[in-house]
Amino acid sequence: MTPIHLELTQPPAVRAALKNRWPQWLAQAGLLAGFVFTILIGLFGPAAGNANFAVIAVWIAWWTALKLVFIPLGGRAWCSLCPIPLPGEWLQRGALLGPASRGWGLGRVWPRRLRGAWLQVAGFALIGLFSAVILTEPRVTGWVLLGLIALAVVASLVFERRAFCRYLCPIGGFTGLYARLAPLALRVKDPAVCAAHTEKLCYTGCGAGYGCPWGNFPAAVRDNAYCGLCFECLRSCPRDNLAVSLRPFGQDVVARAGARLDEAWLALLMLGSVLVYTAVFLGPWGWLKTAAYSVGSPAWLGYAAGFGLINLGLLPALFLLAVWAGQKLSGSRRSLRAAFAGQARTLAPLGLAAWVAFTIAFAFVKFPLVWAVFADPLGLGWNLLGYSADTAWPDVSAFSRLAQAAVLALGMYGAARVAVRTADRVRAALPVIGFCLAATLGLLWLLIG
Amino acid sequence: MTPAALSRSRALGWAAWLAAAILILALPWPAFARTPADRVIRVEGRRFEYAPGTVAVNMGDRVTLELVATDVVHGLHLDGYNLTLTAEPGQTARLTFVADRPGTFRFRCSTTCGPLHPFMIGQLTVGTNDFFWRAAGLIGLAALAAVWGLRR
Repeated sequence: MTPIHLELTQPPAVRAALKNRWPQWLAQAGLLAGFVFTILIGLFGPAAGNANFAVIAVWIAWWTALKLVFIPLGGRAWCSLCPIPLPGEWLQRGALLGPASRGWGLGRVWPRRLRGAWLQVAGFALIGLFSAVILTEPRVTGWVLLGLIALAVVASLVFERRAFCRYLCPIGGFTGLYARLAPLALRVKDPAVCAAHTEKLCYTGCGAGYGCPWGNFPAAVRDNAYCGLCFECLRSCPRDNLAVSLRPFGQDVVARAGARLDEAWLALLMLGSVLVYTAVFLGPWGWLKTAAYSVGSPAWLGYAAGFGLINLGLLPALFLLAVWAGQKLSGSRRSLRAAFAGQARTLAPLGLAAWVAFTIAFAFVKFPLVWAVFADPLGLGWNLLGYSADTAWPDVSAFSRLAQAAVLALGMYGAARVAVRTADRVRAALPVIGFCLAATLGLLWLLIG
Repeated sequence: MTPAALSRSRALGWAAWLAAAILILALPWPAFARTPADRVIRVEGRRFEYAPGTVAVNMGDRVTLELVATDVVHGLHLDGYNLTLTAEPGQTARLTFVADRPGTFRFRCSTTCGPLHPFMIGQLTVGTNDFFWRAAGLIGLAALAAVWGLRR
């Protein structure tokens, strides 16, 4: 049965709107202005995290929107708007809008040894180690955001295309991993047209559009993980052979080909991180919160060791054991390495559901803080939006618990389906399903147990 | 089996899974009736934690919560019951309520007390937390349904 497939760019008006640079540029420029404002408020605004625009706008409003809306529905849709690579890209291209004859920068090729998601694994792990401070201290949030934009500028000036987005952005690794589940996709319509087209302008660029900033040859793109939805290929293709489409959820994760070890580790780190974050931020254990917050202290060193042990030791070892048991049960001749990488795709629906459930647990009750900082972004006592601390907020705890359970059940359903479809036989999938079930029940206990 | 019969059998199968899910969520849970009692629970609020962090009472208990702040001002807002109290350092704040809603509820600091204030959280369990077990059953059922749906 052919999956449902709805081409969104078929109406000429939609195609023209996406080919036009202005709407996307205006949105990105507006977000860049907001980003600079956020950095300044983080560095110079109120010292209390829950009264500072930077902390609340980034770690509650944006982080929640990314996990609940952008990724599940649009994959890397946020990347198409993200302001972080913008200044570097403008310098690299020597232009603010359309293709220019030459820009600045060395244009070096990203080193082969550093390709893959390993640096993003390291970046996300690093954020995990300092998360209690980054998420609560406005100054640290400001410096982290400033550091990210500086890194993006340097990467753009030294390397070609969007090296920062593709290899360095820690959020990019997170987004790319779960973007595979999204129904929105940008793909070529007919690969034969690309094969017959010798110029490959979608990769090299032309007067109408830049060559793919993510370094993809669009005809070879099989999943959403590394497509930033920048729409340059849509602009540069002279044959109009690219389309943005809607398809069923989770289409990219069931493919067995192309599974990589770095992505498997990334998936395990994401899963482990959400378990640790839930225990630290939503659990009743004050000593754990204090340890995660007291960077450099012996307690923090213990926390860092535990974080590393769980994410880089225990979880990978248990997952490897499950994959190995599945291989033994089914008598599969697939190599353990290939099976480990392939079956790690199972962790995509499981991990996204875990992050969504975690977000539901903390974000809904914190919504009044978002309203408060948008009403008084500078922390000067303004009230632009009629916010009142005395407003009686509806109690969302019952709905929140139900939503968390439903999302985790959906994640488990998706994970079990992917496990069966990426394994040689159903029997090979059973231990991996057991691993997923244990992780999900562990998270459920942390959330509502 | 003809395609029509196969399709009918699958539809029946999914209906059975849905019925099982509804049963898991709605089936009456065995309750062990205990005589409601008056309970006084003292909770200390200090740097980003409550002590004790988890509190359990029986359904119907008349609970008096005593919040003692040992360092700075701390608050306590109880989700589900929508109750709030605030304690000045070294002082005790009290409130009394009847624990008439079963389940596990978070209580959180409601007065800014430091960087980790948003995550200063405790937990109250009233009776048995049957929703957790129902949710766990639903998750197990989801795994079984997925494997069943892909059987060859």
